[in-house]
Amino acid sequence: MLRREGLSKLTGRERYVDDLPLQNFLWGATVRSPAARGRISEIVFGDGVNWSEFVIVDHTDIPGRNAVYLMEYDQPALAPGYVRHVHEPVLLLAHPSREVARRAVREVEVIVDVDPPALDFRTLPSADLIQYGEDNVLKRLSIQKGDVERALAESPIVVDGVYETGAQEHVYLETQGMLAYLDDDVLVIKGSMQCPYYVLKALKTALNRSDEEIRVIQTPTGGGFGGKEEFPSMVALHAGLLALKSRVPVKLIYDRTEDMVATTKRHPSRVWHRTGVDENGRLIAQEIEVVMDGGAYVTLTPVVLSRAIIHAAGPYHCDNVRILGRAMFTNSVPYGAFRGFGNPQAHFAVERHMDVIADRLRMDPVELRRINMIRDGQTTATGQVIADGVDRLGIVDRALALADYERRRREHWIRNSEHRYLRRGIGLATFYHGAGFTGSGEVMLDSRLQVEGLPDGRVQVLCASTEMGQGQITIFTQLAADRLGYDPVDVSIAEPDTHRVPDSGPTVGSRTAMVVGRLVERACDDLRRKVGLEESVPGALVKDAIIAWHSAHPGQRLLGKARYEPPPGIAWDEEHYRGDAYGAFGWAAHVAEVEVDLRTYDVRVLDFVSVQDVGTVLNETLARGQVQGGVAQGISWALLEECVWNDGAMENGQLTNYIIPTSGDLPPIRVEFMEFPYKYGAQGAKGIGELPLVGAAPAVLNAVAAATGRQPTEIPLTPERLMALFGNGHAPGEAP
Amino acid sequence: MSVLLPGSLAEALETLAADPELVPMAGGTDLLVHWPQHTELHLHSYLDLSGVEELRPHRWEADELVLGGLTTYWDMIEDRRAWSELPLLIDAARQVGSIQIQTRGSWAGNIVNASPAADGVPVLMAYDAVVVLESTRGRSMVPLSEFYSGYKEMRRSPDELVTEIRVPRRAYDIQFFEKVGSRRSQAITKVGVAVTRSDAGWRVVANSVAPFVCRCPAVERILEEGAAVRGPGDLLPAIREDVAPIDDIRSTAEYRENVLARILYFDLLDLCPSFG
Amino acid sequence: MSGGRHDPIRISFTLNGETTTVEVAPTERLLDLLRYRLGLTGTKEGCAEGECGACTIYLDGLPVDSCLIPAYQVRGRVVETIESLDPEGMAHYHARGTTQCGACTPGVVMTAEWILRHPDRLETHTVRELMAGNLCRCTGYDGIIEGIEGALEDREAE
Repeated sequence: MLRREGLSKLTGRERYVDDLPLQNFLWGATVRSPAARGRISEIVFGDGVNWSEFVIVDHTDIPGRNAVYLMEYDQPALAPGYVRHVHEPVLLLAHPSREVARRAVREVEVIVDVDPPALDFRTLPSADLIQYGEDNVLKRLSIQKGDVERALAESPIVVDGVYETGAQEHVYLETQGMLAYLDDDVLVIKGSMQCPYYVLKALKTALNRSDEEIRVIQTPTGGGFGGKEEFPSMVALHAGLLALKSRVPVKLIYDRTEDMVATTKRHPSRVWHRTGVDENGRLIAQEIEVVMDGGAYVTLTPVVLSRAIIHAAGPYHCDNVRILGRAMFTNSVPYGAFRGFGNPQAHFAVERHMDVIADRLRMDPVELRRINMIRDGQTTATGQVIADGVDRLGIVDRALALADYERRRREHWIRNSEHRYLRRGIGLATFYHGAGFTGSGEVMLDSRLQVEGLPDGRVQVLCASTEMGQGQITIFTQLAADRLGYDPVDVSIAEPDTHRVPDSGPTVGSRTAMVVGRLVERACDDLRRKVGLEESVPGALVKDAIIAWHSAHPGQRLLGKARYEPPPGIAWDEEHYRGDAYGAFGWAAHVAEVEVDLRTYDVRVLDFVSVQDVGTVLNETLARGQVQGGVAQGISWALLEECVWNDGAMENGQLTNYIIPTSGDLPPIRVEFMEFPYKYGAQGAKGIGELPLVGAAPAVLNAVAAATGRQPTEIPLTPERLMALFGNGHAPGEAP
Repeated sequence: MSVLLPGSLAEALETLAADPELVPMAGGTDLLVHWPQHTELHLHSYLDLSGVEELRPHRWEADELVLGGLTTYWDMIEDRRAWSELPLLIDAARQVGSIQIQTRGSWAGNIVNASPAADGVPVLMAYDAVVVLESTRGRSMVPLSEFYSGYKEMRRSPDELVTEIRVPRRAYDIQFFEKVGSRRSQAITKVGVAVTRSDAGWRVVANSVAPFVCRCPAVERILEEGAAVRGPGDLLPAIREDVAPIDDIRSTAEYRENVLARILYFDLLDLCPSFG
Repeated sequence: MSGGRHDPIRISFTLNGETTTVEVAPTERLLDLLRYRLGLTGTKEGCAEGECGACTIYLDGLPVDSCLIPAYQVRGRVVETIESLDPEGMAHYHARGTTQCGACTPGVVMTAEWILRHPDRLETHTVRELMAGNLCRCTGYDGIIEGIEGALEDREAE
């Protein structure tokens, strides 16, 4: 099936929040902290502005608790006198003219008595930097399996490595934006978001309003990638506060620079590996420490850290594993959800480390992976028994075959010895990603969904899951149509509106097709039962039965309902981090071929092959697009995307200086699926959104290592960083 | 902000003579970047040249290509003669931003915007282009290689406009332009170099490694004299004499200097017997 | 000479085939005129610096970034926006996954359609080079490139 809203997007008719027709409204603007940490001593309003024209909101205007509530209450909606990061919101302004509002923001001076900021998450903070608990540790987590100390002591070979990753900005093409207005006494919030019920939760807390008094509606959303998971709650709160005070509709749209410097990013990380192996390459012990920069507020950091440590040992079997995870408070702009959610950092380290181990053992990195790849019946670091029947080695073999791995390696060997400055290499990464919320997370979410039978026999899916480009509208249409035997045109997906749709959980964590999609199917079943039909009847009969039901029940609504039920046999021990972390894992292999130019130290990706098991592929075009887009973001994270920091402020908050790839920077990304259906996912689907990003960076860097003989350990591997790896001299036979 | 919209060159020059504080502007591809945020720029007065059609066309004369003050990169890309005769103009033009920029950005605008990272300037300078300045006082010509005197400082009086860029038509046996940006397309140059050799001798012009785009006389001397160069390192002393790269948010001085040496070395290796 | 100290400028131009006359402030960008005053919201703002191409329109038949153009500069010129394109021509893009989130899409389609109208340009440029002024964060560009190549193949066959 073609993307349902595709034509509307291709012709420019799709209306995003900033496109909605609106009259007599105010433009909102945000005044932010100039300093990373300190007490606000004064706020000076400049002389050149007629401030009586403005609506001005500060923290005293917040009727409820001053927090952007999701997991914790620590992050204020507006700084109440003390700031903890640069660009922290302090004041809100609104004015009929956007230009005047923008100029006014510059005329407000926030004077901060600066305290020393904690800016390096890698070093332990001195006493004057402590701002969270006793040691600035936002969260500590650990996983234990077997006896790592003894196993390391007994290992004939021990390989250490430290791997670092930088912050990554989402760069969704549509920036953050919200519209707020009062409809009688109901505060209506419309905007760009992944999770309407997260926004509702934050608004209820800060505005002291009930579910009935707030209505959150998602507008078509121009990309999210996690960046519109928790942050839109902040924007919605700000727009809402301005609308409540002014009693006039308020539109708050971030410009690109504000969006880049002030919103969440992927957590920077430093991962340390100490691995014991035998001479044949079998893993004996894995000791791992994952340290993340959490930034100035908790946001979703504990869960990001959790996903990181659960995946940190890679898709391998090892009897002795110890993983320690730590997220540090710093006075940086808070880090938050980003596609992969901690797992890309974990896999960058372990997959780079596997190649370092192979290099040490003078072993083929492919062979090292083959030996250790987890097999059915073996267990992950948390002790979860993997028995999903996925042919993990087959996935690797297929990726190598598609990439013509062996032949390329031989060609590179010859070519590299002949060319003066171009070096080619090919690299592999094997990886996995748990779909859905971790552990008992899905049970706690308690997702609900409805499929309504309409009087004319058509059906509508009611859920809070959102379309942000990934294809939710199309997939849910397909699932409902297939389940009921309907023509897809007779299925509609309701606008996500908290006054109309039940909470089917957030649109995050690769859970939508697999988990919520399953609810679509079950709600369809329930609907059919409610009109007295068996499962295997043609759609025309269902349609007739729905019409008949309405004739018999005039004015009533016909709702098929479903509520999340955990798959049988899943057991998770949150306290000890043991057991079944995820209902299902997606498995994959990437092969990257690169060319390094030793004149400029520029790395160009020549070819990229991805073989993915995401369970049943529900829609080939959409699925392929998810993989290609995820890979592109991963390649870009590996090579291009660098946040340049200065005293806690991002200095390169423009698309000219924060570099994402153009069409000229990426190769065609070749995708193939190997389908191992998951019994409890919709039509056998597993998660897809995050998996492809996870292994891209290590595949690229492993290829660079193969090309250059150097072992890069840090991303982004900019040409400047690669040059540093070559130091002053070049080895004999290499380009000088 | 106010804007004046002359319809002819004469009118533009008279207007500028009357108020030399006016900021001339053409396509706007530099000026309008982050325009809504740069409210301070809204206070200036501008002389918008977009209506001065006579400045747009370029022409081929017997021994010169003459670019108009409004000739765009795209105008060159569309000119097949430029591809064969002055190919570095094309190499540079197609690496300036994207086609959306190439269709708007002008060569003269690139010169007077005076960015050290300007991509149009190195190739023009390596072709010994001459800048034609006009005012109501008359017309003067300045070799592009002598046009700049410091960061954003140039030999243009406030009442003058760049009305032409004259590029000699010579035979070159060596010519290349290398642009190193942070990605392959649409990037601001981190280090770049244009090299030509003709009867007039060697020209080596570097960008993003000094306060303004400049020739590298010490490197040119090595090439003229045929001094032995055994590796990129042998070029570094001359490069350090010629340019002064800095660290900024896009790259480092060390990278710029080293990569300039490495590009020159490897690209000239097969072309110069003295390189080995 | 027209224009003067801070005065609004009255301009006429051809917009999607129709003569349009408006008064614009000297500071007004073409992008804002199109979106907020003429209701043509298909043209998007992604970066405000000529980097992302989401605001691509045609000016006298050439693709340009409307965020970098003062509105008054289009006086007497021909402006075409995404709204001027025939929806029937979108099938190739639709089938090949050219759009995901849709925020870059109108700009992408404008450049893509320009390439289709000027296939000669492919003698010197690749599709990937010509599309480099349109940043997309969703597709990795394959869906876009394949959409254009598919359309090119079909037009050749015709």
